[in-house]
Amino acid sequence: MKTRLLEIRQGVLSKNDQLAAQLRERFRQMGVLVVNIVSSPGSGKTALLERVLSELRAQGATVAALVGDLETDHDARRLARSGAPVRQINTHGNCHLEADMLIKHLADWNVGAVEFLFVENVGNLVCPSSYDLGEDVRVVLLSVTEGEDKPLKYPVMFHSADIAVITKVDLAQACECDLAQMRENILRVRPGMAIFETSAKTGAGIAELIAHLRQLRAEKVAEIAASGA
Amino acid sequence: MHELSIACSLVEVAAQAAQQHGATRVTRVHLKLGVLSGVDADALRFSYDVAAQGTLLEGSQLEIDVLPAVISCHQCGASCVLPTIQDFRCPACGAPSHHLLQGREIEIAHIEIEVDSVEEQATIS
Ligand SMILES: Nc1nc2c(ncn2[C@@H]2O[C@H](COP(=O)(O)OP(=O)(O)OP(=O)(O)O)[C@@H](O)[C@H]2O)c(=O)[nH]1
Ligand SMILES: [Mg+2]
Ligand SMILES: [Zn+2]
Repeated sequence: MKTRLLEIRQGVLSKNDQLAAQLRERFRQMGVLVVNIVSSPGSGKTALLERVLSELRAQGATVAALVGDLETDHDARRLARSGAPVRQINTHGNCHLEADMLIKHLADWNVGAVEFLFVENVGNLVCPSSYDLGEDVRVVLLSVTEGEDKPLKYPVMFHSADIAVITKVDLAQACECDLAQMRENILRVRPGMAIFETSAKTGAGIAELIAHLRQLRAEKVAEIAASGA
Repeated sequence: MHELSIACSLVEVAAQAAQQHGATRVTRVHLKLGVLSGVDADALRFSYDVAAQGTLLEGSQLEIDVLPAVISCHQCGASCVLPTIQDFRCPACGAPSHHLLQGREIEIAHIEIEVDSVEEQATIS
């Protein structure tokens, strides 16, 4: 018997990364902007999405949503009220979505014409950060009720995101949330990140967030056109 | 807690490579783990033994090399190790910076395998 050293140099999540790359290429061909929404449980992902889906539809945009949930279909039902096509991904206890789950659920679902596809990830500020879903933008939510220090406690997730949304701002005063401090902490772990302040209750800040997403989609479409694909 | 699922992927990748090289057993796995990988080293070690059961990796050692975050500063051009991931500022010039060169890895660097001596003789002769 002999012992040998074997070079591997392979990412442990390379399978997920490959599938995510396939998804990204497919989304590119479809010209759809894909938004992965992450936060701790109850930060207001579904409530924000209900608003965003309805508002985008009212503006004449085509939208769809995939929603990951540990056990229930409550969120999918809530989102479906907007009139947008919605699919539930039941993760059966899995604490995050993976690229193959999206592939499975997109296989027999014709979302061909949509301009925006939203993916509500499982409520968890740790695990979803490691899994690329082929998204264009990762949006991390942080509600005013969670405390200003969360970006410093969960820097990995905040660093991995492209946009931060401070939610439930209608409750900021009641919670004595220091919004300036919260913004500062977000920017410390992710300098330059776009930050929005919203309330799904009053509708504050939703228009600004939507305008930003429309801008990102316009840039993606222009970039695809420019590359001649 | 997703370390068990990470551990299972790790074992799968290592076992496959080991098998391709005619290994009868894997004795050691060297993993590079970035501080921004989202994976907890202790939780991973704990899950590793469970994931390795019944595979070529059963009873093997997991060695984890924790890699710090390294940023490339757009202001001064320096590449620096970040002393903390709670403050993305260039240690050289103080400019806010988030362009990562290193820190998100979950990568198997190399493994130590045992190969059958019969097979070994076959390759020598
Ligand atoms: N006052 C107020 N309450 C909100 C707002 N957004 C959400 N909520 C409430 O917060 C609770 C959680 O909201 P959800 O939208 O279910 O949060 P979620 O992030 O989707 O939760 P999970 O999917 O379970 O992780 C609900 O009771 C919502 O009514 C807001 O802007 N203002
Ligand atoms: Mg929800
Ligand atoms: Zn610098």
